[in-house]
Amino acid sequence: MTTAVTALVDPVTAIAHMLSHGFVDDALVAGTFVALACGLVGHFLVLRDQVFTGDALSHVAFTGALGALAIGVDLRLGLFVGCVAVALLMGLVGPLGRAGDVVIGNVFAWLLGLGVFFLTIYTTSRSAGNGGAGTTVLFGSIFGMTRSQAGAAAAVGAGVACAVVAIARPLTFASLDPVVAAVHRVPVRALGLGFLALVGVAAGEATQVVGALLLLGLLATPAGAARQLSASPWRAMWLSAGIAVSSLWAGVAISYAAPSMPPSFSILAVATTWYAAASARGAVHRRAGRGGAHLAPDVGARGQPSRASRIPKPSRTAPESPSILRRARRLVMSRVTRSEASTITAK
Amino acid sequence: MSALAHLVAATAPARYAALGPGAHPPHRAPPPVLGANLVSDLHELFTYHFMVTALAAGTVVAVLAAAVGWVMVLRRQSFAGHTLAVVGFPGAAGATLVGLPIAVGYFGACVAAALVIAAIPRGRAGSSRGAESAVTGAVQAFALAAGVLFVNLYQGFLNGVDALLFGSFLGITDSQVWSLTAVAVGALALLVLLGRPLLFASVDPDVARARGVPVRALSLAFVVLLGVAVAAASEITGSLLVFALLVMPAAAAQQVTARPGLGLVLSVALGLLVTWSGLAVAYFSIYPSGFYLTSFGFAVYLVAAGVRGVSEARSRRVAALGRGA
Repeated sequence: MTTAVTALVDPVTAIAHMLSHGFVDDALVAGTFVALACGLVGHFLVLRDQVFTGDALSHVAFTGALGALAIGVDLRLGLFVGCVAVALLMGLVGPLGRAGDVVIGNVFAWLLGLGVFFLTIYTTSRSAGNGGAGTTVLFGSIFGMTRSQAGAAAAVGAGVACAVVAIARPLTFASLDPVVAAVHRVPVRALGLGFLALVGVAAGEATQVVGALLLLGLLATPAGAARQLSASPWRAMWLSAGIAVSSLWAGVAISYAAPSMPPSFSILAVATTWYAAASARGAVHRRAGRGGAHLAPDVGARGQPSRASRIPKPSRTAPESPSILRRARRLVMSRVTRSEASTITAK
Repeated sequence: MSALAHLVAATAPARYAALGPGAHPPHRAPPPVLGANLVSDLHELFTYHFMVTALAAGTVVAVLAAAVGWVMVLRRQSFAGHTLAVVGFPGAAGATLVGLPIAVGYFGACVAAALVIAAIPRGRAGSSRGAESAVTGAVQAFALAAGVLFVNLYQGFLNGVDALLFGSFLGITDSQVWSLTAVAVGALALLVLLGRPLLFASVDPDVARARGVPVRALSLAFVVLLGVAVAAASEITGSLLVFALLVMPAAAAQQVTARPGLGLVLSVALGLLVTWSGLAVAYFSIYPSGFYLTSFGFAVYLVAAGVRGVSEARSRRVAALGRGA
């Protein structure tokens, strides 16, 4: 606690002192890119109403990692293979990657049981020195990363972030209105599967930073907060990434200053504070009657934008969403009438 | 962290060392072997008092979870059920931290979370489902994070953190079994009392509301009931695996039959089957009960889904034949 007090008195020296530790630097380097990736991916998870998928992946991450440990291969291999495979599986089951919640629940409850099985194999068959693996996987160990692990995590995180940004535009379109997007020759299904694969990779990364149990927080909390703050999908995406990264920085600093707080908790506590502040702001704005509709954009579960978000707002709304939608819809209407006309004439 | 790691390492091999004072620890070091004689195996199972209490507690919990879980699956509230289960973990860890019984932590946290969930208006105009599940996800993640903090603050954790997360059927005391039974009887009585209107409100809320059924009050009562069931089951299965007992028998039963009475009975029967076989096999094995409970539950679900698939295919064929003729 004394460090916390000195940090308040002289923040510059305290931060310089904090950064002089190699493990803090590694944590910040790896965490920044992982949080960036999670913030971006999480934005689309919320936009596409696939938060339960992220929840399921957090259980898969546990089982994958411990399965890899139990058979004696690199933990990260199990993490990525497990997360990506299950994410793709969920994309393939059901239309638009929305498997029923009962099916998801059954599968991940069993996978979790399997994870306990692997944990027992691992802790009983290997030397007791590895006994902390279960807690490490569940709760993460950002301060325990080696330099090479941190470098790899940063590289993968940066890759995921770039990939998400690269597909952001068509993915937004496909998420908001899959039918119109499909007519517009956007590969909706392939995008959905590719996105889920990216979610799997991001989940595998985040497990190393905040742990399997808390990874849902890094995915859903910043994105939920960003959604409260901006109606524009584009701006909400970057806000989500920014909130995730700033939560990570603040969380690492808090845990460094107060070692009794585990870093995973601090990171999520900061993210939750962001969320609470954002929803308080949203509530105040709604109460004041100043455009509640455009602060809380109404994109329905099946990607059908409701009336509120279809009305173009001059200032805040994304330039692309309403105009693209209107153009696309006009296009669909014209094509439908044309094809109907042709079938009628053929008869 | 190191203390925790040590505890986790210690829990798995020393499973039989953590028995309560009322239990009789097994006298042998190697795990019991499943012999060819099933009768003597069963007899051995009931020789030890701790095993009898575990089976009794498992029975109570299985009946309660399967019955409440059936309504949960019917109402499509799996995410809520899972969130309640997860919230039990910080509750139990916090209770241990301040020196209260773990059961108080489970019940307090689960019922409080149930009230919060019930307070969030569902399907409010102007709110989207994506934002709603973001709220649930955020709450769930924060609850887990708080649990991590409590575990970290309380260094000398009783049974290791994975007993809280993954449960332990060892060391259940007689008084625990009685209190579980009392809770289960109360909850089931409430469920029977709510029975018909709850079913009506779950299947068709709009029509039920039009007929004057208090849909909102029923929904509140059910979520609290769900919280109680989750808290009771968490003592046996742990926070992470309680969801299995809730969802698996119920989902399997609903695959097989749509009739409420039959479905409920089937769900309870499957829950008992899964729990008994899981506990019995876990006794003869070095692997934890949670693994067997979830595996048997999943197997039951897969079989039920298979049965449904086969019968649907047959009825389609019959229908096609009928059309052809």
